[in-house]
Amino acid sequence: MSELLKMTATQARKSLLKREISSVELLNAYQTAMEKTEALNNYVTPTLEVAKEMAIKADKTYAKGNAGLLAGLPIGVKDLFCTKDIETTACSAILKGFFPPYESTVTSNVWKSGGVMLGKLNCDEFAMGSSNETSIFGPAINPWSKIDGSDLSSGGSSGGSASSVAAGAALMSLGTDTGGSIRQPAAFCGVVGLKPTYGRCSRWGIVAFASSLDQAGPFTRTVEDSALIFSAMAGHDQKDSTSASLETPNFSEAVNSGIEGLRIGIPAEYYVDGMDTDILNLWKKGRAWLEQAGAKVVDISLPHTKYALPCYYIIAPAEASSNLARYDGVKYGKRIEKESLDAMYEATRADGFGEEVQRRILIGTYALSAGYYDAYYLKAQQVRRLIKEDFDKAFNDVDVILTPTTPTAAFPIGAEIVDPITMYLNDVFTVPANLAGLPGISVPAGLSEQGLPLGLQLLAPSFREDRIFSAASAIEKQAEFSLAPVRAAGDLQ
Amino acid sequence: MSVDKHVVKKIARLARISVSEEKSETFSADLGNILNWIEQLKEVNTDGVEPLSGVNEHALVWREDNITDGEITDKVLKNAPETAGEFFVVPKVIE
Repeated sequence: MSELLKMTATQARKSLLKREISSVELLNAYQTAMEKTEALNNYVTPTLEVAKEMAIKADKTYAKGNAGLLAGLPIGVKDLFCTKDIETTACSAILKGFFPPYESTVTSNVWKSGGVMLGKLNCDEFAMGSSNETSIFGPAINPWSKIDGSDLSSGGSSGGSASSVAAGAALMSLGTDTGGSIRQPAAFCGVVGLKPTYGRCSRWGIVAFASSLDQAGPFTRTVEDSALIFSAMAGHDQKDSTSASLETPNFSEAVNSGIEGLRIGIPAEYYVDGMDTDILNLWKKGRAWLEQAGAKVVDISLPHTKYALPCYYIIAPAEASSNLARYDGVKYGKRIEKESLDAMYEATRADGFGEEVQRRILIGTYALSAGYYDAYYLKAQQVRRLIKEDFDKAFNDVDVILTPTTPTAAFPIGAEIVDPITMYLNDVFTVPANLAGLPGISVPAGLSEQGLPLGLQLLAPSFREDRIFSAASAIEKQAEFSLAPVRAAGDLQ
Repeated sequence: MSVDKHVVKKIARLARISVSEEKSETFSADLGNILNWIEQLKEVNTDGVEPLSGVNEHALVWREDNITDGEITDKVLKNAPETAGEFFVVPKVIE
């Protein structure tokens, strides 16, 4: 079993193709790993019976020689993706007991490629949070620990997706990223997290948070694995009018294509107050690594960076307040019975939504209300355009942008939830890519003085994930990051 | 800038979320702080800047106007807290 957990997805696929291992054996190893790491609170709904059927089916495809790209690979799914007849809650009380009669396009693509579903993973309620602490199930815990052994946040909102991969309790996982919800937890847990270009993956069947920003993406141990699963997830979907009708290139080729001559931009505005020295040093190292691999480093400016977070905290809540209007106690989920319809709505939503979700709905409603619309919502949309134009200009001179993923390493559970704005600042480096619709990746690149993982972020122009994979692979090779959290299910390397 | 309790209650009413007296005080402080922090957007000169509502630059794809789904009343109703026949049930809205 220990040898099975050590395999990356790419290695496991090779062994499965050679019939050295079976999908069922691999699943059994991950089932044991899930049991061992139960205290991390990653899985909110394990689906091992479904997994078993899928693994048996995958083995049959290997026997027949028609195995899909992900056949037999054990994959966890953020509880924000609708999965047919499997409870989908968005980790909110208001959706408890919701069993979707349909499957999201992205998960459907993954199962069509032969992926094996381990279960639904913990996240912040409706993906609103940066620490997984707003989940109705309690926080997913980071498998890494500080020297004092206190429980650390897995990050969020896709905390369970990041933690499960880092702990060896999922070989790969699916998450969503609206303002950093894949990249930040990936950095905190020491795994690779990709937010694809807006439009690359279908949003159909994903519980909506902020529709102009949401995008699905994978968590993996390596860049190569990221390209593998992403190739299966992506693609045009008629059911999502914002999904791009573009061919999905073979991203695996990009991983090893090298970065000779690639121009890397370092944005001056990403040096912010309160950034850990460890992170500053790692950023410098990243720059040097890319230069050594043949890239050319250029200093660039993204002048409106500072305004990305406040801009995001108008746009995302505004879209959320509209999207979450559907939870009304009528069509699905929870209802608190009252005499009148309005009283029923108000009681249901007060009881069903957690505090952070209510706060964001209120901010959004305020920003969209008569008299404030121009001052807040319209202003934020104008700033959004300026932020996007900053990137457009920068990408005239560079091919890829290198930044840290987060301003700090993982923080202890409970440390930042006291003040909403402190929590929001976690996303300072990740939010701009969502506003501009750009692809971004977080690659684990080193450890802090406290022994916690740190990530570097790479951004590219829309639909140029290939460049991200090439550059991320160069960093990965030189960083030689070792995924060895103390609370992992076993040795992962 | 502050958001007083009455404003919080008004927004909460628009959003159909009931807030207790105590909650409206917490939200009043939180929303005030968050909006104060957001005020910095005012520093940005946005004269003549076209608002950006989404990054999708591809023209929407046309398709035939065919029925692709339907006849799934049972599925649509399956998750509802209360149904009767082919309908969702809500509290009485007509006097």
